[in-house]
Amino acid sequence: MSQVRVLVGTRKGAFVLTSDAKREKWHVDGPHFAGWEIFHVKGSPVNPERLYASQHTEWFGQLIQRSDDGGKTWEPVDNKFAYDGTTGTHLWYDGTPHPWEFKRVWHIEPSLSEPDTVYAGVEDAALFRSTDGGKSWHELTGLRGHGSGKYWQPGAGGMCLHTIILDPTNPQRIIVAISAAGAFRSDDGGKSWKPINNGLKSPYVLPDPDAAVGHCVHRIAMHPARPNVLFMQKHWDVMRSDDAGDNWVDVGESLPSDFGFPIDVHSHEPETVYVVPIKSDSEHYPPDGKLRVYRSRTGGNDWEALTNGLPQKNCYVNVLRNAMCVDKLDPCGVYFGTTGGQVYGSPDGGDHWIPLVRDLPAVLSVEVQSLS
Amino acid sequence: MTSTVRVLLPAHLRLLAKCGGEVPLEIEGPVTQCAVLDALETQFPMLVGTIRDRETKRRRAFVRFFACEEDLSNEPIAAPLPDKVACGEELFMVIGALAGG
Repeated sequence: MSQVRVLVGTRKGAFVLTSDAKREKWHVDGPHFAGWEIFHVKGSPVNPERLYASQHTEWFGQLIQRSDDGGKTWEPVDNKFAYDGTTGTHLWYDGTPHPWEFKRVWHIEPSLSEPDTVYAGVEDAALFRSTDGGKSWHELTGLRGHGSGKYWQPGAGGMCLHTIILDPTNPQRIIVAISAAGAFRSDDGGKSWKPINNGLKSPYVLPDPDAAVGHCVHRIAMHPARPNVLFMQKHWDVMRSDDAGDNWVDVGESLPSDFGFPIDVHSHEPETVYVVPIKSDSEHYPPDGKLRVYRSRTGGNDWEALTNGLPQKNCYVNVLRNAMCVDKLDPCGVYFGTTGGQVYGSPDGGDHWIPLVRDLPAVLSVEVQSLS
Repeated sequence: MTSTVRVLLPAHLRLLAKCGGEVPLEIEGPVTQCAVLDALETQFPMLVGTIRDRETKRRRAFVRFFACEEDLSNEPIAAPLPDKVACGEELFMVIGALAGG
């Protein structure tokens, strides 16, 4: 019998939600690391009992925790994220040069093949890798050292590297996204990088709306069976690429708002995509007070609202970029968490939703593991 | 000369270090803020980087040091701590600043 384990990071701790394959009744375990911000928790695809968590507070800084028993117990591993070489500057909000300063880890991405190899995306934007299970971290300097680094600028949430995608068919290929620099791709295992932002447009944000870097990418998703097809939720615009990011086209025009944070792809249908439209720029809550997930079964352009089980009045929460995921069961389960502390799940690809838990602290991240 | 200093940690760091609220530390030589934190981090390596910057040794912005009803947060890190701290009569307190959250 399959089991499902949902890993939830919140403003005040981590929670582990478990269910059987029916995904109807959920057990809530936590809080782990009570009182700490947990930006992200993710399990190794090679060894599902190996979990990594990014733990942070403004008071005491950054920690990385590791579990080798599926989240029952945790041990802190190394928290030294030292930029390699000359630190240099990026642009500050006012356009002046500002030195790179490590603040926190936004995203952890365990290797698809090596349980002791794990990547960390940090603020100020850089990519680190550990090959010893988090006991030491080393920067992949080619990204920050890319010639455009001095023009990168923080978004409202900071200058964070929040998305790391590993290509299951090509171990040399890594795709990352940075707010507000854009998307970048390495085809040599992280040594060198190139911006992949052709087709992104950011009018009223950048002096040149078609600039090579400077776009506020919120999230990118890929179906593992079709790694050249990428879907992107940008600050505004939902985008699609059919050539691993070399070119992007807008596929979100018919949404009630093409602003949002998360985006993900159905685990068995590579053309089925999920987004959560949000009103912006200042409100950051769902249009009309209705929490609606939008699903496209055609790879974009045509979208349907998924509302069954979701609040359709007086709902003013947000869904953050790391807070949506899909499981590998059939039918595919879809999960997302809100800033109001609810974690919703659908065991049938989005047709029906139930709250897995309602009253957690604000949810920062949601990941799921399908366990046999 | 060896001194036994008593250090009080905030709840978050007690959980992290899996220790009690009050930690006794053996200090060789002069009892300074730096010496106390060096000993603390040696005994509890998971605390490295949580109280002060691991390279510069500067106190994190939202951490405060108190002892003998005095705020010692901005004292030089190599300055001697009060005698009552050095002899273990008074606690050296590491405190999270009151900054919301």
